Amino acid sequence: MTNHWIDLRNSDVLLAMGSNPAENHPISFKYITQAQLNGATLISVDPRFTKTSSKADMYVPLRSGTDIAFLGGMIKYILDNKLYDVEYVANYTNAPFILGKDFGFKDGLFSGYDKAKRSYDSKKWAFEMDANGVPKMDRTLKDKRCVLSLLKKHYERYTTKLVSKITGTSEADLVKVYKAYGATGAKGKAGTSMYAMGWTQHTVGVQNIRTMAMIQLLLGNMGIAGGGVNAMRGESNVQGSTDHCLLWHILPGYLKIPSAADDSLDTYLTKNTPVSKDPLSANWWQNYPKYTVSLLKSFFGDKAQKENGFGFNWLPKVDNGKDYSWLSLFDEMYKGAFKGFFAWGMNPACSGANSNKTRAAMTKLDWMVNVNLFDNETGSFWRGPGMNPKDIKTEVFMLPACVSYEKEGSISNSGRWMQWRYPGPKRLGNSLPDGDMIVELGLKIKELYAKEGGVFPEPILNLKWDYMTHHEFDPHKAAKEINGYFLKDVTIKDTTYKAGTLVPSFAMLQADGSTSSANWLYCASYTEKGNMAARRGQEDAVNKIGLYPEYAWCWPVNRRIIYNRASVDLKGNPRDEKRWVIKWTGDKWIGDVPDGGWPPLQNADGTPNPASKHPFIMRKHGHGQIFGPGLKDGPFPEHYEPTECPVEKNFMSKQFVSPVAPVYGSDKDEIATCDPRFPYIGTTYRVVEHWQTGLMTRPQPWLMELQPQMFVEMSEELAKLKGIKTGERIRVSSARGSVDCVAMVTKRFKPFKIAGNTVHEVGVPWHFGWRWPESGAEESANLLTPAAGDPNTRIPESKAFMCNVSKI
Amino acid sequence: MSKAIFVDTTTCTACRGCQIACKQWHGLPAEQTTNRGTFENPADLSFNTYKIVRMREEVIDGKLNWLFFPEQCRHCLEPPCRDIAQDESSIFRDERTGAVIFTANSKSLNAQEITEACPYNIPRAGEDGTLAKCDLCNDRVENGLLPACVQTCPTGAMSFGDLEEMRDKAKKRLEVVKQKYPKAMLLDADDVSVIYLVAYEPKYYHEFAVASRSTGYDMTRKMALRKMFRPLANIMSSLT
Repeated sequence: MTNHWIDLRNSDVLLAMGSNPAENHPISFKYITQAQLNGATLISVDPRFTKTSSKADMYVPLRSGTDIAFLGGMIKYILDNKLYDVEYVANYTNAPFILGKDFGFKDGLFSGYDKAKRSYDSKKWAFEMDANGVPKMDRTLKDKRCVLSLLKKHYERYTTKLVSKITGTSEADLVKVYKAYGATGAKGKAGTSMYAMGWTQHTVGVQNIRTMAMIQLLLGNMGIAGGGVNAMRGESNVQGSTDHCLLWHILPGYLKIPSAADDSLDTYLTKNTPVSKDPLSANWWQNYPKYTVSLLKSFFGDKAQKENGFGFNWLPKVDNGKDYSWLSLFDEMYKGAFKGFFAWGMNPACSGANSNKTRAAMTKLDWMVNVNLFDNETGSFWRGPGMNPKDIKTEVFMLPACVSYEKEGSISNSGRWMQWRYPGPKRLGNSLPDGDMIVELGLKIKELYAKEGGVFPEPILNLKWDYMTHHEFDPHKAAKEINGYFLKDVTIKDTTYKAGTLVPSFAMLQADGSTSSANWLYCASYTEKGNMAARRGQEDAVNKIGLYPEYAWCWPVNRRIIYNRASVDLKGNPRDEKRWVIKWTGDKWIGDVPDGGWPPLQNADGTPNPASKHPFIMRKHGHGQIFGPGLKDGPFPEHYEPTECPVEKNFMSKQFVSPVAPVYGSDKDEIATCDPRFPYIGTTYRVVEHWQTGLMTRPQPWLMELQPQMFVEMSEELAKLKGIKTGERIRVSSARGSVDCVAMVTKRFKPFKIAGNTVHEVGVPWHFGWRWPESGAEESANLLTPAAGDPNTRIPESKAFMCNVSKI
Repeated sequence: MSKAIFVDTTTCTACRGCQIACKQWHGLPAEQTTNRGTFENPADLSFNTYKIVRMREEVIDGKLNWLFFPEQCRHCLEPPCRDIAQDESSIFRDERTGAVIFTANSKSLNAQEITEACPYNIPRAGEDGTLAKCDLCNDRVENGLLPACVQTCPTGAMSFGDLEEMRDKAKKRLEVVKQKYPKAMLLDADDVSVIYLVAYEPKYYHEFAVASRSTGYDMTRKMALRKMFRPLANIMSSLT
């Protein structure tokens, strides 16, 4: 979230699209309800009428997988009706930037496309530069090659008529939503976007969110109270695990994973440290070397020295151009590439797309370690449906983990709040906190390497591994390491910080090896003043917008609303007086922690202040990116059909599906688009009573009482067509598998009219699995979903695929 | 001053936290259920289930609604169940909190008669005939805590306080809700300690949402019984 949960109450218009917060984020509705009681409008856009829709002031349906068409139409509406915030767009976004002559778009493809490689050369999307190496701009937004002009051109095709033909949403409904949301472009109005997996789990997942980010920039909704682009996370600590590099492509704090071509620290830093020639651009990532070296000092301690590149070459490096995401890992596992596998706090046998392939892949392993609270479909895959234990060689070890409530540590919520938790009940049996398992495992591996050596022992032997107190994992030691220490006496601006003390903020981190920090974003979370995450202060900040700055701690540097310097005008006055975030008093900012302490862009008399910086400090040029040249699938989002879809062509362009989405070619990766065997759209979702694959909730009788069985929701029209009655057991099948479900026939699903044809959609929750309940009859929806992924993230397309429903 | 719960169904999201909180506080076992083609479960109140969020899909004035109604005992100010029972050791009203309480002695009562006397069809008998229903978390309330269901409600759809305060709150909220839903109303607000606000006619929410003839039960007979027994009940309570 750019903002945070409480801030939802500050909004005038809340767009729940790609999400169903009433069902999946029930506590968010405390703040959504408060906003509504204050007169806000809640809009629910969803293929199905959900619990959120039931509370919404406006519900409109759309076909799964057509969000970019829907939102692209909104961009056109905002531009046509001049609803955008001109001052904001001209000064804070890259709308005035002039594009180079190489940029173009034709027949659904951007310039620079290589068909054989299925990839783009993004150099073709570069801006024109002036003599000083600063992007050329036209702040009047009139230049024909400026971003705003090209944006207008790109989305002029997205008429309500064509959008309606693609999405199945009526033109009247489209205009209703566009008008209501577009109204937040007015000064003093705030619109917020709440999204979740309904947007991400598509082959255009990242671009779905980009489209909304562009709308928010156009309407001046970034950085303000009640605004932002807000990812509602699906687990309590998914934000924290991402910040600390759960994913393969990053190191902690969103530093890039080194690749084989990065043969030295210098090469790596030169490649990843952006350079801006604009004196008004803070270009915050210019500090990349400080964060990298501090991370290396944290990993390798005294062994990391300037002479050895601070141990850079001990980091794992990925092969150039190779992908190591979830889908690719299981594809490789299926091909037999791995001997062993740690399934740690996960249940891939049910949670991964195309689970039949995942389960088959596990049979190729020699061993698996399953770390979890209970046995699950993953640990017991060898005795699951269709498996013959005699034929499976995989040896499975179960390590019982204790529950979050039984251990001390922090979680980071969707609003980026790091919150410290103390242990509650004593842990049961021989279960251990994950921290203890990791530290002990590390010690044992170090011992074996020391004794027996190995191909490349240095990374293991040189790893600093001192997180125990009295032979137990000490979360405080880990948290302090994450924050970082001064390793020598360091003097910064007349203040000397003693060696061994905690670094007060990432602004003090150094690139010379004199500081450590295991995650620069979390530097300032645990300082000499104490554990900031454990704070429970109840006082609101001076602006009284629910920031509660002394409650827990949030990254970066306790800034509760990021990009907040875009919430003020050029002179530093809040653009929204009643819900101001920060304010310039003439010599300092008050309110939230500002995005940098520089003065406003203009002095009080309207003259430019050369000491100022543009507000979007994490972007190289300091401007919010309406034109985004950094993604693999294009700088402007474009509608492509899902990998499996019910239409024979893309009505928007000649390019049917994403031209760069990865494809997997194993015998278990069948894709069936426009296939009469699978005529209905399928989508997946969660229910409030269950948690992810249900590992923690399916063994819980009270929750099973409420949601006892796998079900499929379908319209009355489809049920009639198929002769299906509500409550009867039926079969849902796709090209990859089938699942038996109870039919839930409902008015809440309605057939879509797509280009004149009737298209039905059904939906299934993905919480079930054969291991529990004891009947073994309830299975995972992911047996149906395809392992097709987004080109940027490779998140699977679980939210739009094709299936059939039939009586058993 | 007795207490009351105000339930604003227009802000209920059917998260069913209340349903679980009720089971948890009272230590009630789960029921074996099946999916009946609806989110709603269990199918009905029982000896082990005091609270159910009813869910109805209704097209009203051409617009689809998914209506949620967290059903529980209304804790009537003059409870017919108590009046019929005429046995304060089995059913009594805690005048301090307003909670209508069924005790273990309710085993000796005619369960069917008690259930039929209830205008909301709430009481349920166990295997041995003991009656059970929501007790307004009287033990929590007597100790200064909120009822478990109110405590757990994330949206503030349920609130708890002094009867007059809740009546005021309900009336004020009704005025606001009426601007959007002209047919909104409070259900039996003068007679009960659990006051519901609904956006549409109560028939859309649940068969027994409101005490009325539409329940199919002969209310005249019931009211007559109530009137007949009230003096006796009053004498009984003045004696104890």
